[in-house]
Amino acid sequence: MRVVLADYGAGNLRSVASAFARAGAEITITVDPAEVREAPLAVIAGVGHVESAARGLRMHGLDAAIRDRVTAGRPVLGICVGMQLLFGASDEGGSGMEILGGSVSRVQAARVPHMGWNTLEITQPGELVQGLDGEDVYFAHSYAVEPTDDAVVVAVADHGGRIVAAVQQGAVAGVQFHPERSALAGARILENALAWSKSA
Amino acid sequence: MVKKRVIPCLDVAGGRVVKGVNFVDLREMGEPIDLATRYSELGADELVFLDITATLEGRGPILGLIERAAAELTIPFTVGGGVTGLDDARSLLRAGADKVAINRAAFDDPSILTALADEFGSQAVVCAIDARAGEVVTHAGKTPRGRDAVDWAVEAVQRGAGELLVTSIDADGTREGYDLPLTRAVAAAVEVPVIASGGAGEARHLAEAFEVGAEAAIIASIVHERPERLPELKIELKEMGWNVRT
Repeated sequence: MRVVLADYGAGNLRSVASAFARAGAEITITVDPAEVREAPLAVIAGVGHVESAARGLRMHGLDAAIRDRVTAGRPVLGICVGMQLLFGASDEGGSGMEILGGSVSRVQAARVPHMGWNTLEITQPGELVQGLDGEDVYFAHSYAVEPTDDAVVVAVADHGGRIVAAVQQGAVAGVQFHPERSALAGARILENALAWSKSA
Repeated sequence: MVKKRVIPCLDVAGGRVVKGVNFVDLREMGEPIDLATRYSELGADELVFLDITATLEGRGPILGLIERAAAELTIPFTVGGGVTGLDDARSLLRAGADKVAINRAAFDDPSILTALADEFGSQAVVCAIDARAGEVVTHAGKTPRGRDAVDWAVEAVQRGAGELLVTSIDADGTREGYDLPLTRAVAAAVEVPVIASGGAGEARHLAEAFEVGAEAAIIASIVHERPERLPELKIELKEMGWNVRT
């Protein structure tokens, strides 16, 4: 299965690329909107702020390519800031692509960033999170999404309250944690993502 | 609830793991990536690579090692040591380190923390603070800096650090436990996670560090001697009632 990683200048994508390769994907890191538009699965990963990430996507015309994919029902997976980019305004400044309804808010907890291994609670069945209820995955973030429609939430974690850990709606999915840094549970998520995009 | 983390630290010099005075045969330890992979398989929650000779010798960071680690490891890793400034730290993160630990360069120029947090997010920025009797020291503990470690910790977080790696030079290598007053004072003064470092000898020591507010604890020689000690430590911590990943 061919997977493209949108390269919009938000950090190093080697870890994500390698993790997908281990899961059996043929991975391409690209800034080319045509490639991002057409591949069977497009992944938006990266670190940093929503605002600069969104700017990076726009600058390369990748936001339009991703919207085209969504319209055509071709799968998109956002990882960490990539998931936040699927939503709207962020407390941190700027706004995502508003593909899913909701905003991005600062985590309210005794310790921020939310850093380390935390347990997934699957809130409704979804291809992406299949087999992952009760598994630990690695989080490293200070901001988290707050969807307007709870129906898009498929997994949560507890850190000073509910943290939305994974969302899925149609061909659009996102995970707040880092599958590429979540050992076997992370590998399972990426295998699920590949299976999901095959069937989508 | 987020779990308490146990983090093996690999001190690297000349591309080899050197921590652990009891190592007779370094070749048996393998290369850093092999050892890192072994720790990952044994349940390490994340890893720290510290290039311990870099600041003293003025040698740049070990980018090749980081690129391999980024591609091969399936748990997060932090790289520190030899970070001379913003460009250096940026190159480590761009090479694939999940986090960069900055010590003296941040103390000398705290704006580095802000610049890195703006570019990579504060979750990627670890401020490493070495302390002796509560005072900041740099250059592998050789240079006292005349500033209270807690005071510097608070500023480092305000400047953009998303995590603090607090090492007691007094306790380091003793295996008699972490510097609990220091760990407690820093953890109480900041919102970000604090990683206790220096002095781990047994599971009880890690439990004590967690008790005073550390989110994570560094271990080194006790697991370098015998890597199988790592899962044993996690089980012992779990039996003591700590929320750790096993």
